[in-house]
Amino acid sequence: MTLFTEEHDLFRKTLRDFVEREINPHAEEWEQAGTFPAHELFAKLGDLGVLGLTYDPAYGGGGSDYGYVAIMAEEFGRMPCLGVAMAIGVQTDMATPSLHRFGSHELKQKYLAPAIRGEHVAAVGVTEPDAGSDVAGIRTKGVRDGDEWVINGSKTFITSGTQADWVCLLVRTSEEGGSRGISQIIVPTDTPGFQVSGKLDKLGMRSSDTAVLTFDDMRVPVSNTIGEIGRGFQQQMSQFQDERMIAAYQMVGAMEYALERTADYLKQRIAFGQPLMANQHLAYELADLASEVDLLKYYNYHAAAAQTRGDDITRFATVAKLRSARLARRVADVCLQFHGGVGYIGETWTARFFRDTRLWSIGGGADEIMLRTLARMGGFWAE
Amino acid sequence: MNIVVCVKQIPDPADPGALDPESKTLKRDGKLILDESDSYGVEMALQLVGDSGEVTLVSMAPNGEVSGLRTALAMGAAKAVLVSDDALKGSDALTTAKVLAAAIGKAGEYDLVLAATESSDGYTGVVPEQIAAVLGLPSVTFAKAVSVDGGTVKVDRQTEAGYDEVTCPLPAVVSVTAGVVEPRYPSFKGIMAAKSKPVDQLALADLGIEAANAGWAGAGQEIVEVAAAAQREAGEIIEDDGEAHAKIVDFLSNLKVI
Ligand SMILES: Cc1cc2nc3c(=O)[nH]c(=O)nc-3n(C[C@H](O)[C@H](O)[C@H](O)COP(=O)(O)OP(=O)(O)OC[C@H]3O[C@@H](n4cnc5c(N)ncnc54)[C@H](O)[C@@H]3O)c2cc1C
Ligand SMILES: Cc1cc2nc3c(=O)[nH]c(=O)nc-3n(C[C@H](O)[C@H](O)[C@H](O)COP(=O)(O)OP(=O)(O)OC[C@H]3O[C@@H](n4cnc5c(N)ncnc54)[C@H](O)[C@@H]3O)c2cc1C
Repeated sequence: MTLFTEEHDLFRKTLRDFVEREINPHAEEWEQAGTFPAHELFAKLGDLGVLGLTYDPAYGGGGSDYGYVAIMAEEFGRMPCLGVAMAIGVQTDMATPSLHRFGSHELKQKYLAPAIRGEHVAAVGVTEPDAGSDVAGIRTKGVRDGDEWVINGSKTFITSGTQADWVCLLVRTSEEGGSRGISQIIVPTDTPGFQVSGKLDKLGMRSSDTAVLTFDDMRVPVSNTIGEIGRGFQQQMSQFQDERMIAAYQMVGAMEYALERTADYLKQRIAFGQPLMANQHLAYELADLASEVDLLKYYNYHAAAAQTRGDDITRFATVAKLRSARLARRVADVCLQFHGGVGYIGETWTARFFRDTRLWSIGGGADEIMLRTLARMGGFWAE
Repeated sequence: MNIVVCVKQIPDPADPGALDPESKTLKRDGKLILDESDSYGVEMALQLVGDSGEVTLVSMAPNGEVSGLRTALAMGAAKAVLVSDDALKGSDALTTAKVLAAAIGKAGEYDLVLAATESSDGYTGVVPEQIAAVLGLPSVTFAKAVSVDGGTVKVDRQTEAGYDEVTCPLPAVVSVTAGVVEPRYPSFKGIMAAKSKPVDQLALADLGIEAANAGWAGAGQEIVEVAAAAQREAGEIIEDDGEAHAKIVDFLSNLKVI
């Protein structure tokens, strides 16, 4: 079975060049600013045709297989500012999959097509101050008034929240409770009553802006509902699978890059009269980690094939997300450790990498939630 | 307007290259990529033709290599002509120019031929002028800006002191310097489209060139010896004892840079 063709290889090279020239020179500036110019960067990514690789060409998508998504994410994982990679992931695989999968033609024309072109910046609004892992606990409420939803509530930790043009918002639209009666609604951020009530300071992923949003009698057309009214929870669970895979794909690229950079450093740093890399302990530890990254990479490629076939990828996505997040924490720790004191200094990449990768055991479904899902799927469960 | 761009496919400069001790030439058996120097010519051509013409690529490379051509096709070129033949092994710059000139003849109607001032691996910097001579066309070198107005091409030609404004009748051969334009990235759609763009693969016989006049046999140039470049000498370190600035000024004025 050939996974990748000559076109996949050329695509990878294009993205590597793009990251090197269009992103890396700005990494420091964006990290300092606590945000990056999403509209400017996404317009360039739209020209590259990477903001809707697998999406329907009728809306400007590429109609590609998920191998291209894996390659794109691996290459974006090689950025020295992973917050930007995360925000791109939100645009391509966290805020738009439901719209593409379940949205009406009109809704896709109005919101998906400009997101694919990079004209609109998209965000996904699920987490609330009182409901994160327990998605069915959300309280943001939409009450129907004729052809409109009147929405009240708030969301927190929303990536790109300060600069988004629209939010794929998870809203409780009936009194049924639990996971029933929840809907996904596209909310333009210029809707009266929409407010960015805060920008959060974070441990890592500092190049990405993270917002608290509040909604006060916000009126949105009922036709902005994605798919079926009341099926939002199920649709969001499906959207989470794409989200988890994009994180896992990115982590592979990020870890490979970190191990390469650490190897370069160990080869040129001399201690006890020889390069640090001449110490078997250091070399074997890196080789060990690289072997685990390999396993994850090829596991991911199987997941990509399953995604392309349209299979249910819940197990793939859950395993990949859990393993990649945990492995990234180990890789980050080892890379920092092997750099010694300089590894702990703020301006060395290892410090930021350590802070950035820490997110993935929490965001996109925490490790414990992945374990909860896997325990249930594997029969390791009792009521 | 139609433009032909000469694009050389070279070993990836990111991989450490190696010389073949027998032939004393660069090993070219691995995968080749588009010479970055030529990406400027491709971009320039795409900008010049816009929607009203075609860009055709011409390349000579071993082993039927097309990877570099696919990159340029993905950027937007319409088609390519590749000359690949075992008998070309050992071809010198003049043979290369003759082969490329013959291939340009197979590229259809054209108004302008673009090439880079020099390639990144061989950098003899003579092939474009030789092509012009073989084709009997005017040649303009070191172009840092190119525009076409009716039947003439206007070129800002880089010189040591500034630039010359050169006007020349078409068709002509123009070699462009690196950095004249910002080469576009091949987009996903461009990469997909490139898959089905025609690459015409030709052998020497198709160009009516005799094997005896090509390759090692036809080379008027011989590599006698290959030697390692001299090691760079360590720089001079000036300790600042309060007078360091004077020593640096002396040093620079000795070099006649100030
Ligand atoms: C930088 C950043 C960006 C983010 N971007 C977005 C975004 O764009 N959109 C969005 O909607 N959200 C976003 N989030 C929110 C993120 O998805 C949540 O933080 C995450 O899902 C965890 O939810 P929580 O913070 O409420 O933690 P909680 O649910 O309060 O969990 C706290 C701890 O308890 C554990 N836990 C919870 N339930 C169980 C259980 N049943 N069994 C065992 N352990 C359990 C958790 O794993 C965790 O360790 C972002 C978060 C961060 C930090
Ligand atoms: C001893 C020797 C052995 C060689 N063996 C081989 C061989 O086995 N196989 C082989 O294919 N070539 C071979 N070559 C040819 C060589 O790779 C160059 O193509 C040729 O010598 C031109 O030299 P340059 O790169 O310095 O050209 P320059 O004059 O520096 O190139 C200027 C521009 O001309 C154009 N150009 C130059 N060469 C090509 C090309 N090949 N295709 C398309 N455009 C081009 C490009 O736009 C380039 O940027 C050999 C050359 C020598 C001297």
